[in-house]
Amino acid sequence: MGRKLLLDKAHIENIRLYDVYRREGGYRSVEKALKSMSPDQVTEEVKKSGLRGRGGAGFPTGMKWSFLAKPEGVPRYLVVNADESEPGTFKDRYLMEFIPHLLIEGMITSSYALGSSRSYIYIRGEYAWIVDILEQAIAEAKNNGWLGKNILGSGFDCEIYVHPGAGAYICGEETALLESLEGKRGNPRIKPPFPAVKGLWDCPTVVNNVETIAAVVPIVNEGGEEYAKIGIGKSTGTKLISSCGNIKKPGVYEIDMTISVEEFIYSDEYCGGIPKGKRLKACIPGGSSVPILPANLLLKTAKGETRMMTYESLADGGFATGSMMGSGGFIVLDETQCVVRHTYTLARFYRHESCGQCSPCREGTGWMEKILLNIENGKGKMTDVDLLWDIQRKIEGNTICPLGDAAAWPVAAAIRHFRDEFEWHILNPEECLRRNYGLANYGSVPAKV
Amino acid sequence: MSVQFSETSMQEFKRLVAAYPEGKQKSAVIPVLHLAQKEFGGWLDVPVMDYVASLLNILPIEVYEVATFYSMYNLKPVGRYMFEVCQTGPCMLNGSDDIIKYIFEKLGIRPGETTNDGMFSLKAVECLGACGYAPMMQMGKNYREHLTKEKIDSIINECRENAVRQN
Repeated sequence: MGRKLLLDKAHIENIRLYDVYRREGGYRSVEKALKSMSPDQVTEEVKKSGLRGRGGAGFPTGMKWSFLAKPEGVPRYLVVNADESEPGTFKDRYLMEFIPHLLIEGMITSSYALGSSRSYIYIRGEYAWIVDILEQAIAEAKNNGWLGKNILGSGFDCEIYVHPGAGAYICGEETALLESLEGKRGNPRIKPPFPAVKGLWDCPTVVNNVETIAAVVPIVNEGGEEYAKIGIGKSTGTKLISSCGNIKKPGVYEIDMTISVEEFIYSDEYCGGIPKGKRLKACIPGGSSVPILPANLLLKTAKGETRMMTYESLADGGFATGSMMGSGGFIVLDETQCVVRHTYTLARFYRHESCGQCSPCREGTGWMEKILLNIENGKGKMTDVDLLWDIQRKIEGNTICPLGDAAAWPVAAAIRHFRDEFEWHILNPEECLRRNYGLANYGSVPAKV
Repeated sequence: MSVQFSETSMQEFKRLVAAYPEGKQKSAVIPVLHLAQKEFGGWLDVPVMDYVASLLNILPIEVYEVATFYSMYNLKPVGRYMFEVCQTGPCMLNGSDDIIKYIFEKLGIRPGETTNDGMFSLKAVECLGACGYAPMMQMGKNYREHLTKEKIDSIINECRENAVRQN
């Protein structure tokens, strides 16, 4: 049984309420930070912890914090990114829904470290009922003296506000999020300047994922060095993985980063294996943007080593034979699933979510969607596969924000690893409408029931 | 038609604007548009958007460009109950196509359409962050998850009963 730092108390009845959360040791990190630590000491602990951004990019959080500009007389802001929209990802929702005070506590402690007296939670608009849950938690925290003026007599003031979005994946990109928070379309900004220098309303701003900010609570409570002892190498601490697709027990799991991918999929403690005794075909381990891997490359790296649920191991082999930890959105496909159809739905998603600023992304995502739909419907041509490859190459790296890359990678990986399935669709236009391709050559993994 | 928030909504409007520093009231446009859509029949007509612009003291175009960008705003009338069925990868793996097809069989509407009686609209949407509870749809403020044909039947009945009760 792995260690849990974020969800260890999530199952306690009424933990959503302040009194229960406090009784279970909640808000200790705020007491510790405000009474016995300077803001820089809090940042120092976060640096020591090795915590990496849990939104998808995996950038070291302490380093991000230390980039924050601190000009005299200019307000600074902490903005929590709760615009969770990456297909396969629903971990932040779980955390906010069931243990909202953990986020609020982490935000107060982090706001103290960063000097933010006005912090925002930017939450996707569809999570409308969670807005109420968060606002209730904020009101409770305020009534109990954890928010407002001169918190715990420290001289530190802080308020937290919830800002809902209105349906736009792109607002998960931090500069698009800031545009949206300023009441505009979610068009990403050109960087530099980075938000740490010029962010919300042109003021220095840190944007962090929900899970990242929640992790600050155990880091401050137990110390950064203790936190860094969990995990392997540069993958320190615990990570929330939201697993879905064809598995027996979909849901949100907190793992310490010491388990293998195989254990995560097949052990009863986690996903519980594939339903109906079917075999594993493929998996997207870190949210829809990261490369899909066929079963054989998922469980073992190209070098034949066991693939672990860590940032490094999931990325082992680069994009040729590896993938990424990403946001922790773990999507499993069983042997009956069609990779072409799945890739088509993702291409359609990115076309729908492209903000339209950069032509490679605006046009390219639409072309990829159309070509994939043609292939899926048995109307593809052999040259389409190379055309798709060519389009994704021309999107990747040629856009202001990473949405272009995010749209290109799933298509690239599907062609890289499942080219025969694309070709089968094209060569068998009638049969591909009746049945799926199945496992073919890449499914060497036996069923485990 | 003169567009005006009710007393209660006006209070809510003031609370929303208070979340931003002075002079940054434009930030409130997204939550205020949600409020307006709820108050004025589930969609945003041009006079409604102009009203929001006047309340926030910004140009109408600043509201239009936001309203047309985000997928949760409806720019034409919709049914009393809107089924927003997720169709992205993980939901597709768990049969969202069948759900959309079944709603068509039951109500005769395809994504983007509304029933003749104005009761139901169907919208096929992209990932709503409920992948582990697929297939799913959003209905108003809440999610309906682990959908089956039987569940769709009972949701439709529930809507019809609610409509009768509220009329």
